Amino acid sequence: MSILVGRNTRLLVQGMGKHGTFHAIGCRDYGTKVVGGVTPGKGGTAIEGFPIFDSVSEAVDETGANVTVIFVPPPGAADAIMEAADAGIPLIVCITEGVPTLDMVKAKEFLAGKTSRLIGPNCPGIISPGEKCKVGIMPGHIHKGGAVGVVSRSGTLTYEAVGQLTALGIGQSTCIGIGGDPIIGTNHTDALELFNKDRATRAIVMIGEIGGNAEEEAAAYVKKHVKKPVVGFIAGQTAPPGRRMGHAGAIIAGGKGTADEKMKAMRAAGIHVVKSPADIGAAVAKLLKK
Amino acid sequence: MKIHEYQGKAVLASHGVPVPHGKVAYTVAEAVEAGKEMGFPVVVKAQIHAGGRGKAGGVKLAKTAEDCESIARGLLGATLRTHQTGPEGRVVRRLLIEQGVDLTGAREMYLAIVIDRVSGAPVFMASAEGGVDIEEVAASNPDAILKEVIDPAVGFQPFQARKLAFGLDLPVAAVPRAAAFMQMLYRAFEATDASLLEINPFLLMRDGNVLALDAKINFDDNALYRHPDLKELRDLDEEDPLEVEASKFSLNYIKLEGGNVGCMVNGAGLAMATMDIIKLAGGSPANFLDVGGGANAEQIRNAFRILLADPEVKAVLINIFGGILRCDVLAEGVIAAVRDLNVQIPVVIRMKGNNEERGKEMLRQSGLNFITADEMGAAAKKVVAAAGGGRPRPARPARTGAK
Repeated sequence: MSILVGRNTRLLVQGMGKHGTFHAIGCRDYGTKVVGGVTPGKGGTAIEGFPIFDSVSEAVDETGANVTVIFVPPPGAADAIMEAADAGIPLIVCITEGVPTLDMVKAKEFLAGKTSRLIGPNCPGIISPGEKCKVGIMPGHIHKGGAVGVVSRSGTLTYEAVGQLTALGIGQSTCIGIGGDPIIGTNHTDALELFNKDRATRAIVMIGEIGGNAEEEAAAYVKKHVKKPVVGFIAGQTAPPGRRMGHAGAIIAGGKGTADEKMKAMRAAGIHVVKSPADIGAAVAKLLKK
Repeated sequence: MKIHEYQGKAVLASHGVPVPHGKVAYTVAEAVEAGKEMGFPVVVKAQIHAGGRGKAGGVKLAKTAEDCESIARGLLGATLRTHQTGPEGRVVRRLLIEQGVDLTGAREMYLAIVIDRVSGAPVFMASAEGGVDIEEVAASNPDAILKEVIDPAVGFQPFQARKLAFGLDLPVAAVPRAAAFMQMLYRAFEATDASLLEINPFLLMRDGNVLALDAKINFDDNALYRHPDLKELRDLDEEDPLEVEASKFSLNYIKLEGGNVGCMVNGAGLAMATMDIIKLAGGSPANFLDVGGGANAEQIRNAFRILLADPEVKAVLINIFGGILRCDVLAEGVIAAVRDLNVQIPVVIRMKGNNEERGKEMLRQSGLNFITADEMGAAAKKVVAAAGGGRPRPARPARTGAK
């Protein structure tokens, strides 16, 4: 079992450029059913064995795609998200980094009236290793099927946490990278809600970073609804205020969004917060033994 | 991206927002000339990318040309320290010479537009308490700040502007002007892809006119590609030279004060976590450096160059979790950079990912004295020890083999 992606995923790739094609092959090699790609103007051709369509709605009609992953460059990324939502695709994963914030504001507004869920942008994607389904750019081989759900705002830091789990023999149900931008689709709370309902997920790892108050909100949700053990880490404990730490969303502004505040809220909610990123795997192992 | 007050006011004026008449001056002569042109008294305002300039002595009234000359002479080239600049302060290189505004009987208020993460939309904020530190107001009396969430589909509506204007307790006669002012602000915010627009103070003058006495605008870096005119407003003097140099090579570098362990990491989250673990190991990180997802040999070389330009750095920790990146390619880049740049300080490398074993073998065979570690925790301990346990100490040679 897993959340959002798995055995029944039929994946479409929007933006079959060099980058998109490379990762379409990576997803297929991992075991994902990649049913085609969309590049306007290239409809009717094929790239690396993937049938290409001019529009998302045409691709959905022809292939029955139910998940799409977006590699379209920043100027067209929000448009690609809206096109996918218009075509009724239930899950949209946007990998693109550098999408203008006001474009995302509009795309999010557009999605509010639709049934689609968005993950990202500026994220590594989502993977359910037990069902051999990878939708994104993460290295598949570091994952292992199992019962721990992972949700994180980062890319490589998520790989670090997953690597620790796998090295300890602990598998994952699904790992979601929700992205480091200020405006994102699925947030920590949404992911926790899904993991909480998923019967195959026995423990949850939540990795946050400085900026905003999504981790505080997620902590409030955990306190109220989650009975499963949750391990948490916040990156940026040593970050100076007022500086954007790589991710557009990772900034301590007006004294708000510090790691200390977030860790405090998480501890108060019963989350097992580790101070060192090297201790994430071990903390999960300890909780699962109980 | 941040810009200066005088640039922000010019941007606002181009969208119809009333601002005081003013001119930028780079020299004392230009300042006096601008003052004479406008007629005294004028206000001389130091232009740096930080707030709190008034309290720090960066804003002064000049009643005569002689006043203007001595104030300009005192400010240009001086270092201004405000609560936002940190103890090192900022050097003043530009002045805004602005026509004096009669504040008798005027009301000073606060207006701002920001992107609110919770609602995923821009929010218009207004407070009757202007001219003061709004962060203090937000902390001590949050109810004093009025908020209107803007529906991105239709934009900021007239009724919302009226709601804020009435909420500020403006006289009925002033409401239409204030509401129109707010709508112009939103148009400027949207048209420039701003991430923050702040007018503090927003003035209602005795004669009923409204004015932006100060202006702060930050732009969304991701949207600058569609605003080449705004991109030109960037002032490199306001940025750390090493950070500017790093940005030329798509490296995201931020210098931290007082650190002695240089870090080179792929990915922003892991880079922050690496800084954290160095601190936990008893050391002190000297920087944040994200080399990005597809770090190549050229980038690693440039990253080393930038790290080593900081004389405080006594050891370097490279922490790469290669998803797609191959460790042998990384090792090759690191070896070449250490040789070419004749790196003399200890280098600790922790890498994970494809071809990990081959990468480690290459490091061992290089004849260079690399310190390797398998896990992040061990790597942090090793690098802190190599840097002298968190305290700066003379560098020791990292190389053993001959070139």
